[in-house]
Amino acid sequence: MGNSELNTVGQSVRRKEDYRFLTGCGQYTDDVNPPHHTHAYFLRSPHAHANIRRIDTAKAKAAPGVVAVYTGADLTGVNGLPCGWLITGTDGQPMKEPPHPVLAQGKVRYVGDGFAMVIAETPAQAKDAAELIDVDYDAVPAVVNPVEALKAGAPQIHDGAPGNKCYTWALGDKAAVDAAFAKAAHVTQLDIVNNRLIPNAIEPRAAVASYSRADDGYTLYVTSQNPHVERLLMTAFVLGLPETKVRVIAPDVGGGFGSKIYLYPEETAMVWASKRVNRPIKWTAERSESFLADAHGRDHVTHAELALDPDGKFLAMRVHTTAAMGAYLSTFASCIPTILYATLLAGQYTTPAIYCEVTAAFTNTAPVDAYRGAGRPEATYVVERLVHAAASEMGIAQDEIRRRNFIREFPYQTPVALLYDTGGYDACLDEAMRIADVQGFAARKAEAAKRGKLRGLGYAAYIEACGLAPSNIAGTLGARAGLYEVGQVRVNPTGGVTVFTGSHSHGQGHETTFSQVVASRLGIPIENVEIVHGDTGRIPFGMGTYGSRSLAVGGTAIIKALDKVVAKGKKIAAHLLEAAEADIEFKDGKFTVAGTDRSKAFGEVALAAYVPHNYPLDKLEPGLDETAFYDPTNFTFPAGTHICEVEIDPDTGKVAIVNFSACDDFGNIINPMIVEGQVHGGVVQGIGQALLEQCVYDQESGQLLTGSYMDYALPRADDVPSFKVTTKVTPCTHNPLGAKGCGEAGAIGAPAALMNAVHDALSAAGVTYLDMPATPHRVWSALQAAKH
Amino acid sequence: MYAFEYQRPKSVADAVAALAKSGGKALAGGQSLVGAMKLRLANPGTIVDLSGIAELRGIKKEGDAIVIGALTTHAEVASSSVVKQSIPALAAVAEGIGDRQVRNRGTLGGSIANNDPAADYPAAVLALGATVHTNKRKIIADDFFKGMYETALAADEIITAVSFPVPKKAAYMKFPQPASRFALVGVFVAQTGGGTRVAVTGAAPHVHRASTIEAALSKSFTADAAKAVKIPADHLNNDIHGSAAYRAHLVSVMASRAVAAAG
Amino acid sequence: MSVSLSLTVNDEAVNAQVDARTLLVDFIRNNLALTGTHVGCDTGQCGACTVLVDGNAVKACTILAVQANGSKITTIEGLAKNGELHPMQAAFKDCHGLQCGFCTPGMVLSAIDLVQRHPDADEATIRAELEGNLCRCTGYQNIVKAIAQGAAAMRG
Repeated sequence: MGNSELNTVGQSVRRKEDYRFLTGCGQYTDDVNPPHHTHAYFLRSPHAHANIRRIDTAKAKAAPGVVAVYTGADLTGVNGLPCGWLITGTDGQPMKEPPHPVLAQGKVRYVGDGFAMVIAETPAQAKDAAELIDVDYDAVPAVVNPVEALKAGAPQIHDGAPGNKCYTWALGDKAAVDAAFAKAAHVTQLDIVNNRLIPNAIEPRAAVASYSRADDGYTLYVTSQNPHVERLLMTAFVLGLPETKVRVIAPDVGGGFGSKIYLYPEETAMVWASKRVNRPIKWTAERSESFLADAHGRDHVTHAELALDPDGKFLAMRVHTTAAMGAYLSTFASCIPTILYATLLAGQYTTPAIYCEVTAAFTNTAPVDAYRGAGRPEATYVVERLVHAAASEMGIAQDEIRRRNFIREFPYQTPVALLYDTGGYDACLDEAMRIADVQGFAARKAEAAKRGKLRGLGYAAYIEACGLAPSNIAGTLGARAGLYEVGQVRVNPTGGVTVFTGSHSHGQGHETTFSQVVASRLGIPIENVEIVHGDTGRIPFGMGTYGSRSLAVGGTAIIKALDKVVAKGKKIAAHLLEAAEADIEFKDGKFTVAGTDRSKAFGEVALAAYVPHNYPLDKLEPGLDETAFYDPTNFTFPAGTHICEVEIDPDTGKVAIVNFSACDDFGNIINPMIVEGQVHGGVVQGIGQALLEQCVYDQESGQLLTGSYMDYALPRADDVPSFKVTTKVTPCTHNPLGAKGCGEAGAIGAPAALMNAVHDALSAAGVTYLDMPATPHRVWSALQAAKH
Repeated sequence: MYAFEYQRPKSVADAVAALAKSGGKALAGGQSLVGAMKLRLANPGTIVDLSGIAELRGIKKEGDAIVIGALTTHAEVASSSVVKQSIPALAAVAEGIGDRQVRNRGTLGGSIANNDPAADYPAAVLALGATVHTNKRKIIADDFFKGMYETALAADEIITAVSFPVPKKAAYMKFPQPASRFALVGVFVAQTGGGTRVAVTGAAPHVHRASTIEAALSKSFTADAAKAVKIPADHLNNDIHGSAAYRAHLVSVMASRAVAAAG
Repeated sequence: MSVSLSLTVNDEAVNAQVDARTLLVDFIRNNLALTGTHVGCDTGQCGACTVLVDGNAVKACTILAVQANGSKITTIEGLAKNGELHPMQAAFKDCHGLQCGFCTPGMVLSAIDLVQRHPDADEATIRAELEGNLCRCTGYQNIVKAIAQGAAAMRG
C-alpha cells in the first residue's frame, strides 16, 4: 500500500453506505414493487407430524382477488431442495438425504412446513383465501429432541432414513485417545446441551419473483447472503432452468447471521409460479413465519471428556455429539456439526489426541443449519467448559491451565485436521486479563458478597476457522461447491473504479472496507470507488458471505484483480513514458519511471486504455477491466480471549453482566471501527445464547413454544453493558491482506466466557452444572436444588 | 387483519350506542387490540374508536383521590406532576409499562379493560383500592377484575375514568419475563385508608390480592415480614419462563422489595 | 370499509381513502411509498416501524392509519433537510451506530423522542429507553454512544 493520505487502511473511515440507510433510502427486498405484482401466502402445517389425506383448494381458488393456488402436486418437474455437503459416515455410507420438497406432499414434518401457496392481489386476500383451503390431516406422533429421535420406537420421519439417522461420522484417532484416557491422572466429564437458536435477522426473509415472456427469463429479488449460490442451486438442482435465464438480486439485506445463506422453498416456488401466473409475485415473511420456518442454529447434545496429566496438561479429548438436522436437510446442514465443529476441538491447545463422533438426527422441527459461528461456537463451548471444569476440579487457576496448554509454535498441525498458520494466544489472554482488571476481581467479589450477590469470572480462549478452503480439499470432504471468491475491478475511462465482488454485505460494511482496500492500492480517493455486490446480472460469480470470509477471501480476490490492473497499467504507462515495463513503478496513484520524475497519473493511464490513440494496440488490448478468482490455500484462524464477569442475585436468579472484555486477533485490520462493531454484535448474540435465547418445542405436540418475541428473548439494549474490546495482531500468513475475519468471533467466545462466569459464581453455592441459557428461573432452580 | 366497520363517536353516549348497536369492540390506544387483530386473533365486526371523546382524557385531583381519564396514556400518567406528587408509585407503574412507544399510545382504560394476566395497571388499581368509573356505574377494584381477560364490564359499557385514593405509602416491583418484559411477577404494595393492600400480577391467571402478605404487613410493614411469607404454588402459572414454585417465591421477594421501596 | 384520511406527513399534507384495516405502517410504505419505515415483527416489539406521531415515538405497525387521522407524522425520510443529516442521523453515522440498516430508522426516531424527554440521558437511561427497539447487528453499544453524541449535538 502507498503512504499518501489516500491510504486509509487501518483507519476508522465512516461508512459509505450509511447515508442511504439513515435517510430511509435503503432498498430492501420488501421495498421492491414491480408493476402489477401479486402477493404470495404460504399455508403451513399446524402439526409437527401429519399425513395429509386430502387438500381441497376449490374455495380458496374462488375467493376474491385470488390469482392461483398451488400445492405440491402442481409442481411437476420440480425437484427437491439439495444439500450442499455430502457427509460420508463411519460405515462408509453416504448420509441419508430424504427428499426436501419445495411444497410438502402427502406428509408434513414440522410445524411451519409449507404445503400450499396462494397468490392473490393483496397480502390480506392471499391470507383470507388460505384460510379457505380445506385440509384433512392425520396427525401422528412427533419427536423434536435429537436424542429421542434416535431411540428405538421413535416416530419415523422419513422412509429413507431408518431410525431418523442421517449419519454417524467421526474424526480423530480413537485408539490413541482411549490409550491416553487410560493413563490420565484426571478426567473431566460434562454433559452439555447446546441450545437451539432462532437467528432473527430483523429484516424477515422476503422475495419478489418476476418472469419476462420477452426473453423467457426470470428475475428474483431475495434476502440472500449469496445470490450466485442461490441461483446455481435453484436452476441446476431444482427447477432445471438455464442459469443464463435467471437473475438473482440480493439488494440491501437486513442482517443474515447465516439464516439467509440457504436456498429456501418459498422463493423457489415463487420463481416457478411467476411464469405460470405471468405476473411478479411478492412474499415477505411475517415474523411468526420466520420463527417457524427460517433455518435454526445449534441444537447439540454432547458428552465430552478431557484427560489430563497431574500438572493439568491436556492428554486427550473425547466427544460424542448428537446433532439435530430438523425435518429436512437444509443447504449446508450436514457440514456444520462435522467439518466446522469437530475440527475446532483442539482450540488453542496442544491436546495431542482428539476423537469426536457425531450422529445427526432428523427431528420434527424446522431445519437446522449454520447460525453465526456455525459449529465453532459449539466446539468452543465444549472445549472451554471442559477446561474451566478441569481447572476448578484440579485447583489450577483458569489462566494458568490455559497457559500450560497453549500452542506456541506455528505452523501447528492439530490432531483434528487443521493446520494453524499463526497465532499469539498468550498476548490476547494477557491483554484481556488486563482490561478485565482480573487483579481487582477478588475485591469486587467480596464487595458483592456483602450485598448478598454472587460474582463470577469466566474465560474463553477461543479459536475459529474462517474462509473455509481450499476447494479441492473441501471437495474430498464432501463439499458440492467451490469455496473461492471473485473480484472484478473495472477502471472507468475517467479513472473511477467500479468493483464487482461476489461477497455480499448485509451489515458488514463492505462498501467501505473494500473501497479502502481499493483506493489505498490505487492511490485514488475513496469516493472514486464504487462497490457492487449482490447481483448475478452484474457480478461474474461469487460464493457470497458466510463464515467470516469476506475480507480474507473476497477482499483477496479484489487484491488479485488489482494486481492485474496495475500490471496492465504498467504496460500502458511504459508505452506512454517510452520506458521499459520493468522500470515502471506504481505508487501513490502514479506510474513512475524508476529513478526519474517522469510519471503518469493513474487516471491518465485509465484514459489511455479507453481512448487508445497513443497505445500499443499491437501488443495490448484496450480497456482496463480485470477479474480474479481466488481460492485460498488454507483457512484463516482468528483467535482471542474473552473474559466475562457476572453478578447473580440469588433471590431471583438473575444474572447481570457487569463486565465483558475481549482481546481478539483478527490479523491485519482495514477498518477498526467496523471490526469493533462486528465484535460488539457477535458478543451480544453470544450473550443472547448464554443468557436469554432458546428455541423450545413442546416435547409431545411438537408445537413451537417460542414462536414470537413474546417468548423468544432477543437481547435488548438494557440486557447488556458496554464492552471493552481490543485487538492484537498476528497477520495471516497466506493471504496478501494478512486478514483473518472477525464476524463470528463474538458469538463464538461469549457463550463459554459467560457460562464459565456463571459457574464460577454459583460454585460457592454448590451448583456444579447449568445449561444455557442461564435464565433467572434456571439459575434460581439450580440454587434451590443445591440447597437440598 | 380481518375487515371491520369503523366508527369514531364524539361522545360517550354515542360510543355506547354504537357498541350496543354493532356488538363491536371499543378501541382505545390499540396497543393490545390492534396487535391481536393483526394476528387475526381478534375479529371484531365493528371498531368503535374512542379517541374522539375529549371527556375521557385528563388527570385531576379530587379531594384525596387522583382521577385519571380512561384515555390518558401511560406516558401522560408517568409524567404527570399531579400523579408524581400524590401517588409516585402509580407514575412509576405507568413508566414501567411496555416500552416508550407503547406508553405513548397505550391507555389506562384500555389496559384494565383488557385485564391481561401479566399487565401492570391492574395490580395498581387493585392494590390502591381504586374505583373504576363507567358510563353506567362505579365499580370498586375488588369487584372489577373477574378472571383472565375478564372484567365486570358489560359489552356496551365504557370505562370513563379511574379514581385512585391517595395511599400513605405504595410501591410496585416487577420481575419481567425476559422475552415479553410483561410481569413474570409484579407486586403492588399499598398502605391505604382501608389497610394494607397487596396485589399480584403475572403470577396467576389473573390479578389477585395476596392476603397472607397483607396480613403479615398489617402486623409489621417491613421487607422481612413480606419475604417471610411462603406463598403456595398451587394455582400459579407454570410455563417455560417460570415454574409455579419460582413464581410463588418471586411474589414474596417482589413484595419485600416493594415494601422496601415504599419506605 | 373505506375511510378518508387527512394528515401531515413530513410537513406535507396528505389526503387519502383507505380500507379501515390499513395499518399506519402499510399506509406509509405502500400508499406514500416511504419505504424507510420497516416491518420487523408482527407482535409490536421490534420497533423497526417507529415513526413520530405528533412528536411522539409510536409503532406504526400497532396503530391503524385511521387512528393517525389529523396527526402530524414524521418518518425517517423527513429528518434530513436539504440533504444534510439531522444531528441524530449524523451521530449514528459517526459512531457506527448501524450495520445492516434495517432497525436504523426506528432507532433514530426513538432516539429523537428519547432526547426530547431526556436531553442529557446517561447510558443506563438510554439503554432502558430503547426497550422498544431491537437491533440484531450492533450489540447496541454504538447505538448508545450515537444517541449520547446526537443528544449533545441537539442540545447545541
